[in-house]
Amino acid sequence: MAELLRHAWAIARKDLLLEFRTRTAILSAAVFTALVLVVFNFGRDPTAVPTLTIAPSILWVTFSFAGMVALNRAFQLELENQALDGLLLAPMSRYSLYLGKLAANLVFVAAVETIGLFLFALFFDVPIWRVLEPLVGVIALATVGFIAVGTLFSAMVIRTRFAELMLPVLLLPFLIPPLVWAVQATGALLAARPLSEVTGSLKLLAAYDIVFVALATFLFPATVEQ
Amino acid sequence: MLSAEGLTHAFGSPPVRALDGISFRLESGRTLAVFGPNGAGKTTLLKVLAGLIRPQAGHAHVQGGRRAIGWIGHQSHLYSHLTVRENLLFWASLYGVPEPQRGARADDLMQRLGLGDRATQPVAALSRGLVQRAAIARALVHEPGVLLLDEPFTGLDLAAAGEFRRLIAELARGGRAVVLATHNVDEGVELATEIAFLHRGRFVEVAPRGARGPAEIAAAYRRAVAGG
Repeated sequence: MAELLRHAWAIARKDLLLEFRTRTAILSAAVFTALVLVVFNFGRDPTAVPTLTIAPSILWVTFSFAGMVALNRAFQLELENQALDGLLLAPMSRYSLYLGKLAANLVFVAAVETIGLFLFALFFDVPIWRVLEPLVGVIALATVGFIAVGTLFSAMVIRTRFAELMLPVLLLPFLIPPLVWAVQATGALLAARPLSEVTGSLKLLAAYDIVFVALATFLFPATVEQ
Repeated sequence: MLSAEGLTHAFGSPPVRALDGISFRLESGRTLAVFGPNGAGKTTLLKVLAGLIRPQAGHAHVQGGRRAIGWIGHQSHLYSHLTVRENLLFWASLYGVPEPQRGARADDLMQRLGLGDRATQPVAALSRGLVQRAAIARALVHEPGVLLLDEPFTGLDLAAAGEFRRLIAELARGGRAVVLATHNVDEGVELATEIAFLHRGRFVEVAPRGARGPAEIAAAYRRAVAGG
């Protein structure tokens, strides 16, 4: 177990170091996030539809597409110089590779979501600060499930043609349940509804995370075998 | 030491046999040169030996398992935006080199391979020859007992290829078992203690090199491939 985690940490650290060096994916995801929020901000009519009605959907559309950028890049960087073959040759469990990639993706997406949440509060003038803690909990739970499934599919499509197109096509059906629960929970929190109203969504998100992290970890070795 | 017994593997539908009953045994300190044209199954053979591909029949055994294998191919498996040293430390950590030894081992290899003054340069800034040296350092960072070389001379100029041959010979003399797969007889013949001709997934001939010279082996290869 210690070796599994040590290898996973080495993979995650390497991915984050590469991202820190190049900053290509984080910049494009951050710019994309800002662009979407700006477009939605200027495209909406607050007198026709109240901000709090559409804000949760806008937030989660932004997060899910920014997450796609992270997932697309996760295994893309292993194609250069066929580093993926090197990883598969190493005396390391395939589970370590998955967990390392998952950890790096979560850190990456968390960074983009932090920027996105700040811009969201700025542009839409929604009261996130008074519900920040539960809101961060909802975002964390939804993100873990989404990224767990996405990391698996990212590995699955990486050796196919049109990998960047295939990933959202495969992933979006699996995203619908956590996105629905996340939008509902976010809407309730922003509308200052009692916390008891979001408990159901939080439980469903937690259950989704447990099931899909376990399932994706279990299935991952089969996706990278040649 | 490594051995293979009846390795058979096919790809695609309808299946095309990439390996068809390959068997051999190679002791430490010996170098097997596998010559074959493009598509003969050389890379598949090495990937099966390395455990990257599970054969449909037969089995391969490498003494020491995956931890004992060093792979050098025409792709470096290096990350372009990491420095040479960072790459070596990363691969050392995956191969279980104890943390206190990683830095010293990486520095020693870089010195031996003439990369000492390139340690802090990103791989992207190196020439093809230097990248190949860095790839060699990566393959040796865990002190493997078996080296698998897949067309390792691709893209190297004459001087770099000669230097690389000298290094491989030195490593074999140091007690490693080396399998070298290439389509170019001239490139590998000097290193070989055993010769195998691979054609359409089969070993047409496997024999010690003996006293045969390069011209003789090249002629035997042409006959084997033409008649196989």
